[in-house]
Amino acid sequence: MADGAVPVPTPETAPFWAGTLAGELRIQQCNSCGKHYFYPRPFCRYCQSRDVAWRAVSGRGRLVSYVINYLPLPPAKPNEPQIIALVELDEGPRMMTNIVGVSPDPVNLPLDGRVRVDFEPRGDQALPVFRFTEEATR
Amino acid sequence: MTGMHGGRIAIVGASETTEIGVLPDRSMIQLHAEAALNALADAGLSAADVDGVSTAGPMALEVSHHLGITPRWLDGTNVGGCSFMLLVRHAAAAIASGAADVVLVTHGESGRSRVGAGPRRPNLASPQGQFEAPFGAVVPYATFTVPAIRFLHERGLTRRDLAEVVVAQREWAVDNPRAFRRKPITVEQVLEGPPIAFPFTRDMCCVVTDAGGALVLTSAERAADLPGGAHAVYLLGSGESAEGPLVSQMDDVDSFGAFRRASAEALATAAVSHADIDHLMAYDAFAHLPLYMLEDIGFVGRGESGAFIADGNTRKGGKLPMNTNGGGLSYTHTGMYGMFAIQEAVRQLRGEAAVQVPGVEISFVQGVGLFFGAAGSLVLSSRQP
Repeated sequence: MADGAVPVPTPETAPFWAGTLAGELRIQQCNSCGKHYFYPRPFCRYCQSRDVAWRAVSGRGRLVSYVINYLPLPPAKPNEPQIIALVELDEGPRMMTNIVGVSPDPVNLPLDGRVRVDFEPRGDQALPVFRFTEEATR
Repeated sequence: MTGMHGGRIAIVGASETTEIGVLPDRSMIQLHAEAALNALADAGLSAADVDGVSTAGPMALEVSHHLGITPRWLDGTNVGGCSFMLLVRHAAAAIASGAADVVLVTHGESGRSRVGAGPRRPNLASPQGQFEAPFGAVVPYATFTVPAIRFLHERGLTRRDLAEVVVAQREWAVDNPRAFRRKPITVEQVLEGPPIAFPFTRDMCCVVTDAGGALVLTSAERAADLPGGAHAVYLLGSGESAEGPLVSQMDDVDSFGAFRRASAEALATAAVSHADIDHLMAYDAFAHLPLYMLEDIGFVGRGESGAFIADGNTRKGGKLPMNTNGGGLSYTHTGMYGMFAIQEAVRQLRGEAAVQVPGVEISFVQGVGLFFGAAGSLVLSSRQP
């Protein structure tokens, strides 16, 4: 994993980052409207209810879009192309992430391809990154 | 709302800095000041006539004080590069309501030379800092561009459609002495250019320059008595909207809701339809943006933007001349291009553009802020309705 910026958790996001360090993808679900939402905050992004709960989710989803960045800036490693991607989780929320485990070539990056979360260390944190799985595209 | 639209407010002064491009001898604040003094001279007004000042970047009071203006109205709305569309809209509302009489809107950015500019550093505790920056989604060319592949995929378009945007706009820039990139280019040359962030090559990404621009607005009534009144440009309608600062969280990946909402309000308040528009400025920090805008504003149907550009409709002699200065891709882009899109619309409406389109009476200006974060739309006219 390339070097890069280390996220700084805030009180509202700390459970998410504690989850990635524990090897779990934790996102929030609203107990009022039932929707999962992202990024973390202590109320629902859709109905503003404060009755929300953290859930450990499967980390499965699909590749929505990406770029292959050939010119990463420090603190990322220059000259090491980086796949910067949007992944939509099966629960609904979309995340910015990196696709790992494939060489950075468009032929290896089928849109809607099934992916699953993995975790990679970054400073004192762990980042949720995604790998393609053997599952058939839904 | 009726007071601020329908041609009751006029742009009476408009100017860029005397030079644009690479200006290592001017600081950020000097670029604001030079453009402001040029725009006031263009209007036939002096700093003492100005009672409202607005800008995005530095605080408005930094600009007003630097110029020796005592304001009774200030606006520092900052939603990224389309802030200037919003500032024009807000200035119109202020003038219509009597909160200001003469408003000066300024922009200046030492985007290339970084003279007198602060450091650019993401806040790693912000939502973007935690949930986008660690993945490398910081620099515009690897962040604003992330949705593009999805847009193309959903419509059966390809990278050629991005390259066609570059080629169409370069055609305008070739004849514009102030444009930064002026060499004619082919689709193949664009596609074979240095890769930046796939699917984007170098010429699909905007230039990075130093420049400034400023506008002077007042009521159409007062404009009629000013030296600048003869070349006044009138605000027919406007709109603004926003989503958020994280491109990963835009409501739809392949269509931008803020473009749809802001442009619809601009057309409705102007009481004009797409067929009435003679000229379009579509803020193009990257080549996918004019494609999104043509569809989201409704100039073409879903999936038709690529062919519309490839068929020449936005070139010289086309039915919708677009980005006629060369755009952010070829003309200039300081980091906040919105001011320069408005300047070119004003020049076309006055009939004094470097590459003039014959008979432009109504121009539509569409801006984008941050990375699919905000939108501002203006409908401008050479005539009062």
